[in-house]
Amino acid sequence: MNFLAALRVSSRAIRSNKVRSILTTLGIIIGVAAVISLVSLTQGANRMIEEQLTSLGGKSLFISPGKRGVGVQENAISLTADDADAIRELDIVQYVSPMIDAPEQVVWGNRNWFTVVVGTSPDFVFINDWYPDAGVFFNNKDVEKNENVCVLGRSVVSNLFGYRDPVGLTVRIGKDSFRVIGVMSSLGQTSGGRDQDDVALIPYTTFQKRILGTDALESISAAVSSPDDIPAAESRIRLVLREKNKLGKNEDDNFYIKSQMGVIDRIFAISNIMTVLLGSIASISLVVGGIGIMNIMLVSVGERTREIGIRMAVGAKGKDIMMQFLIEAVLLSLTGGVIGIAAGVLGSKIGSSFTGWKSVISPESILVSFCFAALIGIFFGIYPARKASKLDPIEALRYE
Amino acid sequence: MGGNVIVTKDLHKVYKLGDTEVHALRGVSIDIKEGEFVSIMGSSGSGKSTFMNIIGCLDKPTSGNYYLDGSKVSEMEKDELADIRNRKIGFVFQSFNLLARTTAAENVELPMIYNNTPSRTRAERAFEALSRVGLRGREKHFPSQLSGGQQQRVAIARAIVNDPSIILADEPTGNLDTAMSGEIMEIFRSLNEQGKTIIIITHEHDIAENAERIVIFKDGSIIEEKSKNGRGAGAARTVPT
Repeated sequence: MNFLAALRVSSRAIRSNKVRSILTTLGIIIGVAAVISLVSLTQGANRMIEEQLTSLGGKSLFISPGKRGVGVQENAISLTADDADAIRELDIVQYVSPMIDAPEQVVWGNRNWFTVVVGTSPDFVFINDWYPDAGVFFNNKDVEKNENVCVLGRSVVSNLFGYRDPVGLTVRIGKDSFRVIGVMSSLGQTSGGRDQDDVALIPYTTFQKRILGTDALESISAAVSSPDDIPAAESRIRLVLREKNKLGKNEDDNFYIKSQMGVIDRIFAISNIMTVLLGSIASISLVVGGIGIMNIMLVSVGERTREIGIRMAVGAKGKDIMMQFLIEAVLLSLTGGVIGIAAGVLGSKIGSSFTGWKSVISPESILVSFCFAALIGIFFGIYPARKASKLDPIEALRYE
Repeated sequence: MGGNVIVTKDLHKVYKLGDTEVHALRGVSIDIKEGEFVSIMGSSGSGKSTFMNIIGCLDKPTSGNYYLDGSKVSEMEKDELADIRNRKIGFVFQSFNLLARTTAAENVELPMIYNNTPSRTRAERAFEALSRVGLRGREKHFPSQLSGGQQQRVAIARAIVNDPSIILADEPTGNLDTAMSGEIMEIFRSLNEQGKTIIIITHEHDIAENAERIVIFKDGSIIEEKSKNGRGAGAARTVPT
């Protein structure tokens, strides 16, 4: 028997028992729909996590002096503006800002407030994606001329000035007077409860001269244009710094570079585990659907024993009967697969409109579930089909 | 009339029912010539159906040889037997055995599906076969829309559509009234006149009388053979068990 004839015979058998066929495929429909919608929703959630992590510093690197994880350090170097300049030379690095900070008293009139003074450069705003919402941030010229200008965080402003606009006023930080040229937008608290707005930003050169008295830096922050560049940037910066510090081949780094990469990788690993987990839970229902198909095929073989006998009497070989029932099982599961894909796409759209999550329907997940449905049909169809093909024609013809 | 189309030599068939062995055939030897019309009679349990199943390549003998058209069928594999059934044998059953929910024409096409006849040729030959049994115009009817006699004629059309040399009919008129039986036997006679070898199992004497040769089974053996032209009456070729 050729394939086309077998296909026609099988599809007729399915159509002649419509209600039963639909009920049988329901298991596969639900299974495929569950796999597609769950996977697309978790992938959408991944996409959102990725975007949020990127805005939370996924593109930035922090370079600190000393060995990683060692408390008291011998021969600890101090980073300098020179190092920052060398890092800025790298093409892969987009922004660089030297960082120094110290707790200091900020005084205006008869009010004073204890805050963290941070010395940095204009790139600070781009690296942290944090901008002033009143006045301006200091520019490179202010850094060059180590001007006494400052940009205040919202908490400092509210504690010193109340509702007054501080831009243009002069405050005292430590022993020196600083002109307030801008106020940063409000960031609120970190998840750890630290007030991010409790800060006063000044040019790092001014910090070194007025507060520190040396040209050392505490750390350097840098940013690249995409999280994918982080590993390359990390190794380039390492090379540059090792060279500048004249480290021999066997010497350990005397600085360390920290990025969010490890954390981000771990979060993605976790969310991938979630995708696989949900996907496999959903595939259990596919297997259950497959068992449903096997069950109905066994019933069908039983009911059609006489038909099988007639077919064998007029010349059907075992493999013809086998093919007929196998095609029937695969047709059932594939029909379920196609309807399930449609239902899954629809379901994930509805799900994403309810949760506000994105849904990412990848062609892979559609292809995989389609093939999986076909495999289910073959796997669970083989046993009933073999059973049919092994029937004895005489017994089958005598069957009532 | 040509040579022998069916030759059996000392056919035995033993079924095992639990611990007991049932001897369905106890040494049956018979030659049937091409173009012969043979009736097989016997009470139930006489072994005639077992004999028919072996002749029809649905079953294999426990021992003994069966030659069909010169080839030794008794030693063939399942798939080869299916092929023989498809090309050389046409079956007609007491209960018609048509596929329900399948039109007359499609029922007749069934044997041709299993030898890869192109679908256009299938339709043409099914139409032709249905015309030969007088069912032109009923091609699109389902078995449930046809009378018993008409259903049996569809079954005969199905049996002849691959142009087999032998037609085996197991009680073909058992479910039909006398008038319809007459029509069916008329078709068998005309097929026989066209050269087909026809073997009919029956227990009705007037049906058996249509044949030129009547073979009678009892207890797994042939106990009697009668010929229309008077020869060969009496006990013939009974093999002692």
